[in-house]
Amino acid sequence: MSESPGATVTLPEAPTSDEPPKPLTAQRVVPLRRPGRWIATAVVLVLVAQFVHGLVTNPFYQWARWSYWFLRPTILDGLLITLEVTAFSAVLGLVGGIVLALARLSRSPVLRAVSWTYVWALRSIPLIVVLIFLYNFSALYKTLSLGIPFGPAFFTFDESKLATDMVVAVVGLSLNEAAYAAEVVRGGILSVDQGQHEAAAALGLPKGYQFRRIVFPQALRSIIPNYVNQLIGLIKGTSLVFYVSLLDLFGSAQTMGSTYPGDIVPLLLVVTVWYLILTSIVSVIQFYVERHYARGATRSLPSTPLQKLRTGLSDLRTRIRREAAV
Amino acid sequence: MTAETLEALADVEAATVEVHDVHKWYGTHRVLDGIDLTVRPGEVTVILGPSGSGKSTLLRVINHLEKPEIGHVSINGELIGVKRQGDRLKELGERAILTQRGRIGFVFQNFNLFPHLTVLDNVAAAPVATGRLSRPEAQELARGLLARVGLADKTGAYPRQLSGGQQQRVAIARALALRPGVILFDEPTSALDPELVGEVLAVIKDLATSGTTLVIVTHEIGFAREIADRVVFIDGGKIVEQGPPSEVLDKPRHERTRDFLSKVL
Repeated sequence: MSESPGATVTLPEAPTSDEPPKPLTAQRVVPLRRPGRWIATAVVLVLVAQFVHGLVTNPFYQWARWSYWFLRPTILDGLLITLEVTAFSAVLGLVGGIVLALARLSRSPVLRAVSWTYVWALRSIPLIVVLIFLYNFSALYKTLSLGIPFGPAFFTFDESKLATDMVVAVVGLSLNEAAYAAEVVRGGILSVDQGQHEAAAALGLPKGYQFRRIVFPQALRSIIPNYVNQLIGLIKGTSLVFYVSLLDLFGSAQTMGSTYPGDIVPLLLVVTVWYLILTSIVSVIQFYVERHYARGATRSLPSTPLQKLRTGLSDLRTRIRREAAV
Repeated sequence: MTAETLEALADVEAATVEVHDVHKWYGTHRVLDGIDLTVRPGEVTVILGPSGSGKSTLLRVINHLEKPEIGHVSINGELIGVKRQGDRLKELGERAILTQRGRIGFVFQNFNLFPHLTVLDNVAAAPVATGRLSRPEAQELARGLLARVGLADKTGAYPRQLSGGQQQRVAIARALALRPGVILFDEPTSALDPELVGEVLAVIKDLATSGTTLVIVTHEIGFAREIADRVVFIDGGKIVEQGPPSEVLDKPRHERTRDFLSKVL
């Protein structure tokens, strides 16, 4: 649209008052009122209040029994088992996942096929089946030997001594975890730009260095959120080790629950709160690890909660000061 | 910067690049169709040609990022990516190829800097990773090279905090850290905003006068005229004509060259 010279644009007449109206440029824009949002907020707040009130006052939950159980040694022993099993399986699963992902991305068709088949099989079999199968493994293979394939053995282990409940649990969870981790790691490696591989190759960087220092650190940016997801699933998945007679957090609560049937609900709440604490810790660690690997990917790093709180407070202060001045 | 490092920088000998009857195809598509090219030490060669003519592929064959189906490349008489066995050529192992590439500079159109490393670490990475220099030595070398491309104050920055022109200058410093006998440029200014092209060309020009062998694929005809010792015009995977810029650019003998120049000038 163009205006021909001399044409005048007519604005609606401002209401006449004694005071001359302020020029438009000097006026602050009045923010839009959003009544719908206020109503929705009020409704949600009422619902939340009702829920919390019910949680606190309903005698069904027996909070007194909850505090009795929360730090009992049996529960803490179970928690320790859960932590141990999670830690071992998370590390072994990730290492296995990296190996499987590299095999899947290799140029050897045999390695690719083996890796694919492993992932296919382990993702198809329910974890509980893997665990119970391993539990009965010592009945299938009495001894395990280390030696030349199809040839003489150098070391021979008595399976029943080797396969403690802990080992069965960790091996089972790691096997399962590795299959999922493999796909997470593979996705991360594929997400790294082809130009990065080329630049590393063009500079003549040794193959191992290319992976460890150039490709993998960049892949971690997309691996971390997915793997933490996986890890949280694993923390909860460890509750299945109860079925191979390992008394983890859930297992201890379950056993106590059958001894004291009246305390089942508070015991389940104890377990719930502990799992909440564990996943919260993992989420906090995730934030800082992600922040670490975001270096260079974004122009400025995301602020930590403390930094956010600080800027939030100073914003609030300036706003209050401005409102007071008006 | 110590005297030894400066000396180490200066003693790089410009390389001869020879391309012998190179053929490259993808499926039935012939990308390079019998290229013969010799680049003398210290010579600045500019490769021109329409898109899809095979000029980038030729550059990538020189440092063996692409394997030629027929033919071979040698730098200072050393075969690249292959070795002679009797009267046959055998492919080299990956490690040997990587070692050879460590003496050939390559500058990409899209910079391909490592975004998770600082500018200094980008430049220092290769000498450290290949074990040629210790970390402090490599960083000292990197600081000197970054000063040379006018980025002495950006050592601590991450690549994404820089403009395109600055990133490409870091990429050139990174290539120089190899102390290469030859540097290959693959359309170094094509991804840049027009006002940033000049700063990158200035750095390349500085290299051209310092006597390093350069092979440059570019669309900047004016720049080619200014710095090239020789212009090579490629079309359809073949060299159509080559010679000093005053001949190829001003008095092209070939119809296809005239056609191309009339479109880009």
